[in-house]
Amino acid sequence: MSSFNELWELTRTRTLLFLREPEILFWVFIFPMVLAAVLGFAFRNTGPSPNRVCVVGGGDAAALAERLSGAENLEVEHAEDLEEAELELRNGNYDALILPGSPPVVRLDPQRPEADAARLRIELGLAAPPADGDRDPVLELDEVTAIGSRYIDFLFPGLLGLNLMGTGMWSIGFGVADLRKRKILKRMLVTPMRRASLLLSFLLARLVWLFLEVALLTTFGVLVLDVPFRGGLFAFAALSVFGAMIFAGLGLLAASRVRTVEGASGMLNLIMMPMWLASGVFFSYERFPEAVQPVLRLLPLTALNDALRDVMLDGAGLLAVAPELGIQLAWGIVAFLVALNIFRWE
Amino acid sequence: MSAAGGGNGVAVRARGLVKRYGDLVAVGGIDFEARSGTCLGLLGPNGAGKTTCIEMLEGLKPPDEGEIEILGRTWRSAPREIRQRIGVQLQETDLLDKLTVLETLRLFRTFYSRGRDVGEVLGLVGLEEKRDAWVEKLSGGQKQRLALGCALVSLPEVLFLDEPTTGLDPQARRRVWEIVEDFKRGGGTVLLTSHYMEEAERLADDLVIVDRGKVIAEGSPAAIIASLGAESIVELRLGDEGADALDDEELAALPGVKEVRRETGAITLAVTATQACMGALLPLLERRAVTLEDLHTHRPTLEDVFVALTGKHLRDE
Ligand SMILES: Nc1ncnc2c1ncn2[C@@H]1O[C@H](COP(=O)(O)OP(=O)(O)OP(=O)(O)O)[C@@H](O)[C@H]1O
Ligand SMILES: [Mg+2]
Repeated sequence: MSSFNELWELTRTRTLLFLREPEILFWVFIFPMVLAAVLGFAFRNTGPSPNRVCVVGGGDAAALAERLSGAENLEVEHAEDLEEAELELRNGNYDALILPGSPPVVRLDPQRPEADAARLRIELGLAAPPADGDRDPVLELDEVTAIGSRYIDFLFPGLLGLNLMGTGMWSIGFGVADLRKRKILKRMLVTPMRRASLLLSFLLARLVWLFLEVALLTTFGVLVLDVPFRGGLFAFAALSVFGAMIFAGLGLLAASRVRTVEGASGMLNLIMMPMWLASGVFFSYERFPEAVQPVLRLLPLTALNDALRDVMLDGAGLLAVAPELGIQLAWGIVAFLVALNIFRWE
Repeated sequence: MSAAGGGNGVAVRARGLVKRYGDLVAVGGIDFEARSGTCLGLLGPNGAGKTTCIEMLEGLKPPDEGEIEILGRTWRSAPREIRQRIGVQLQETDLLDKLTVLETLRLFRTFYSRGRDVGEVLGLVGLEEKRDAWVEKLSGGQKQRLALGCALVSLPEVLFLDEPTTGLDPQARRRVWEIVEDFKRGGGTVLLTSHYMEEAERLADDLVIVDRGKVIAEGSPAAIIASLGAESIVELRLGDEGADALDDEELAALPGVKEVRRETGAITLAVTATQACMGALLPLLERRAVTLEDLHTHRPTLEDVFVALTGKHLRDE
């Protein structure tokens, strides 16, 4: 009974300490919401952007510009001075220059991503028959809006994973390092407190905030940002708890030896930094060279993000994400075992 | 409570304690006993090994050599039982800043299977009015008393206090002393480290004076002071030239002078017959035309014993 009391009181204390730090509340709850909203807005799908091109020269040029002006997604201008127009091309204000002739010459920098689209659009514009022509269409267009394919839909599960990692690792890593640095850990050791209770209280308290964190962020994502939530609630909750515990273990590992809070922060950053970039939070890890992708897929955050995306966006069940769960479990077990064995109590 | 667990009325026994840090011998073979219901003081300058010693007793550091017995138990055989029955205040610990006084005490209370009601502890350490204040908002003295409260919350039989009043103003210091005296009156045993001789003289029944990891004197404060064999201490403050004009032999030859010590610009005499000494000292100064900047006499203190034994002062300040 007394060991339950002790665990309860330690957990309650940890939770209270967390709720009494306004800064932590900001970083855990407010910051990710703002980040999701800002990134979602900045990278929203706005449809194709038009190309600015310029027809240069006198005489025929004006007629050519006139002929192109009806082309789709092409902003056509007309200039007399070639030198000035070339400067604008270099500055990126024009995507291409068109010099009259037969055939007309298109001048562009093929290294630029807009160059291809500009060329195609100019070609189409020049090839287009007079408006009354009724050639047989080569393609038929069927326009749909694919929900779940927006950047924010990709981003949101990644941010959630990132948050599970960040909160888990910081709260435990920092909390433990702080207790040790300020000799509170030592003070507790001269009482009959069970060491396991203290460590367990960190995990239990983590579950309390986890619930708040995930519930709040997900509600925000689904209601405000319109992110799809296609998976089962149970699978999603289980995945969150699982992920949070793994990172709690890694946080404990990061803080198991460090003597100072600064040391802990360095260690935590060292562990987390690669995953911020390579675990497919902000962009897919498939952009990395093929050779390193299998390694990236073994990172705990990659596994969590992949699983969260499968569940949220594709409605996958727990069974379908079993390989990712396995990767995480392996990390978790290793982290806890090593941390407990090398833990510095004093 | 008193002799119950101690056996022979000894609550804490240390025999041949040694602790080394690499080449440094922090504690070099220390023996002592704290009788149940008394206060044993470990007195010594910075770095003497007091904290190392007391932390070995508290089970925080394993000694390299030696034996420890607390309430008749050893750390090897009954660590949980010992922890349940002792209360500890470490030299430096913070408590959790964002907890209230009451929450802090309640947290520590849950670590023990039996102990005091936290409300009672609040009263003991005089923090009733601060019960709902966050720890970070407390003054230094209040924090120290809360730390003491955390040590008392289990109804301990032995209290370990490592410099409980360092950094406190005299008034806050006296409040801590009163709490410790109350604890002793209730039959508890106290192990105290300090480098304030006033604190040691007031609280300790027995003293162990340590320097560089060794015991250099022990006994009751009165007995230790008496061991100096001086009736009073005479301090002369002379300018540098004045001090040079007198040599140690002629001072030692004055009636009643037992020992002569020099420090920059000052001479200290341990004196067995104050009046006779003064009667001869002043004419001597007159003859040498030495100007006396200041003259003090006082009864010998633990500080004087310490200086006589080691040539150093207890406190550097
Ligand atoms: N963890 C450690 N590693 C190395 N040396 C240490 C360690 N702890 C203490 N020492 C050394 O052991 C000696 C005794 O230190 P200790 O803290 O016991 O002194 P103290 O009497 O408590 O001094 P103070 O009055 O300053 O608290 C010192 O020289 C100190 O530098
Ligand atoms: Mg000390």
